[in-house]
Amino acid sequence: MTVTDVRTDPAALTMTISAEFDAPVERAWQLWEDPRQLERWWGPPTYPATVVDHDLSVGGGVTYFMTGPEGDRHHGWWRLVAVRAPSRLEFEDGFADDAGRPNPDLPTTTTRVTLEERPGGGTRMTIETTFPSTAAMEQMAAMGMEEGMTLAVGQMDDILRAGATRG
Amino acid sequence: MVVAIRDEQRADRLFQALADATRRDIVRRSLQGGHSVSALARCYPMSLTAVQKHVAVLERAGLVTKERNGREQVVRADVGTLRTAHELLDQLGTVWSDRMDRFGELLAEPDDDETEQGAPT
Repeated sequence: MTVTDVRTDPAALTMTISAEFDAPVERAWQLWEDPRQLERWWGPPTYPATVVDHDLSVGGGVTYFMTGPEGDRHHGWWRLVAVRAPSRLEFEDGFADDAGRPNPDLPTTTTRVTLEERPGGGTRMTIETTFPSTAAMEQMAAMGMEEGMTLAVGQMDDILRAGATRG
Repeated sequence: MVVAIRDEQRADRLFQALADATRRDIVRRSLQGGHSVSALARCYPMSLTAVQKHVAVLERAGLVTKERNGREQVVRADVGTLRTAHELLDQLGTVWSDRMDRFGELLAEPDDDETEQGAPT
């Protein structure tokens, strides 16, 4: 697996990330479709995710929380905008209060997921996140700090190594 | 890379300054070398005063510096501040690249996964 590309565009308020996997598209889709598999990759090891509700149909949604090292819980939600298994998923996602209700004071982003078969087999997955405003982007960056630091320390090496071996 | 955010007001000013197309264009031009305010003003269909205001917003955000050269005010982009804006975005990218890393690890597991977690249901 390689993270092939991360592009950020401050002008368009988007961040796009693409990755390639050896597994077929249907298998990759399962990691979104099955809540038990989703929660194994959504949160970092120090903030594992627990998916509460999971309905991947248009108008449906997902609710989840991430549990921190002190037992602190951070709730989040998705609202499905477009779904076409196994190749497309679009959802709004945001933060929620301790009862799991969407928090209107915190920014909501829109995430578009595209899964396509690679010419040589395997899957190319593209994630495009759109921020509602620059202020929201800044707020998200600040909130992602904790998570960002964790992975910077523990897992960046792996990503860099993976990138290096591919040349 | 995280230290930059500590001053939230600064980040706020930074992104507000970059939220305008004319101001982004001024930054782009001044990255290629110093431009006088009056030379910049000729690039846009707006008054010199309007362009001066844009430059002032960029200056407060630390994106450009202004220095006097004879009768001219020369505007130059501050590369360090621009880098900070990129770093903020890169941090968000890191959250996702890490997710992709875990996604790949999970896909690489054998299909007949024994539930090694053993979580009681």
